Amino acid sequence: MTGTINTSTGAANTAVLGIGSYRPRTVVPNSVILEQIESSDEWIQTRSGIKERRWAEDDETVLMMSVEAAKQALADSGVDPAQIGCVIVSTVTHLYQTPAIATRVAVEVGAPTAAAFDVSAACAGFCYGIAMASDLVRGGSAKYVLAIGVERLSDLTDRTDRSTAFIFADGAGAAVVGPSDEQGIGPVVWGSDGTQYELISQKENWQEAVDSNNWPHLRMDGNPVFRWAVYEMAKTAQQALDVAGVTLDQLDLFVPHQANMRITDAMHRALKLPGHIKVARDIERQGNTSAASIPLAITAMRDSGEAKSGDLALIIGFGAGLVYAAQVIRLP
Amino acid sequence: MASTEEIRSSLAEIVNEIAGIPVEDVQLDKSFTDDLDVDSLSMVEVVVAAEEKFTVKIPDDEVKNLKTVGDAVAFIERAQNG
Repeated sequence: MTGTINTSTGAANTAVLGIGSYRPRTVVPNSVILEQIESSDEWIQTRSGIKERRWAEDDETVLMMSVEAAKQALADSGVDPAQIGCVIVSTVTHLYQTPAIATRVAVEVGAPTAAAFDVSAACAGFCYGIAMASDLVRGGSAKYVLAIGVERLSDLTDRTDRSTAFIFADGAGAAVVGPSDEQGIGPVVWGSDGTQYELISQKENWQEAVDSNNWPHLRMDGNPVFRWAVYEMAKTAQQALDVAGVTLDQLDLFVPHQANMRITDAMHRALKLPGHIKVARDIERQGNTSAASIPLAITAMRDSGEAKSGDLALIIGFGAGLVYAAQVIRLP
Repeated sequence: MASTEEIRSSLAEIVNEIAGIPVEDVQLDKSFTDDLDVDSLSMVEVVVAAEEKFTVKIPDDEVKNLKTVGDAVAFIERAQNG
């Protein structure tokens, strides 16, 4: 009983070193959605801001999309894949309860012995992943971490449900987190509210689905979700700025989870964002891709020239659970 | 205590800010959905803004009963007096 245990020492500062994404090939306009629900293009756009989304084809699996996004992020970071010490995949649409898809992603990207696990944090998944990645690097458990958000929500979408059929979509995003000279990831403000567990959920558990021979689908109670997302999450977003010590004047980008354009617009009003801050509106072309939406939106803003290296971005994910997480990051 | 007209007028400003409806159109007999084109998501925003403005609580169950501007004004009056 005389032995002592060493402690690990990590990096003093961490940052997002690279970002990548994968958008499925098939563009699905509202007209296709309208073949199965009684609605209109105008109604869908007014209610959600969505003009089109992308649905994965058979070969665009959770694994394939994750790997493509991860390779892009690795190339963006310049980090040797063999240096990745941990792979975190946030998803609710990897249809195996076990094993985690992260282990296969690790092999495919060239980090075959990295620690690897999946996270179920719905639309907050990417921000949860960034928070854990940063802490793993700071704690010395990994030098570099690959954090991925990926979904094939079209697999769990009831195409005849007029309240959700137009919302959900597919895609992947990834970030490489590692040591940095100056801090590039603000403290996370995160939490959950399980008293509202029912507001967004899979309708049937797998046992019920097997017994009833019905494929499970996602359901959502729109108005209470809207209220929570706008007003509670605006407070969380403000807290993330406060703990990072970043003022609205210093902020360049606001990248909320792309849940619904109306939520983004209302959060924008609630936060009283000054005009110079560019706001992610990727949902118009991409739909709601849950854990993938934030990195997809960031790469879209980068591709269009709206976002540039060094920009300070406030990111916030929120969704089923209810769960949420927000932090300020500096773009690579 | 605010008068009916004062509440209507403040509510009209909220509806104007959120949904862009001219304040003069927000009259007691007007239906939020049918006359003013305020959909259910905008109604959530109006309700939250009204709760802050008038320091009242408007439960989710109650919102569906607030069909007209007059319904909302009457609810706020009752809640403030209660």
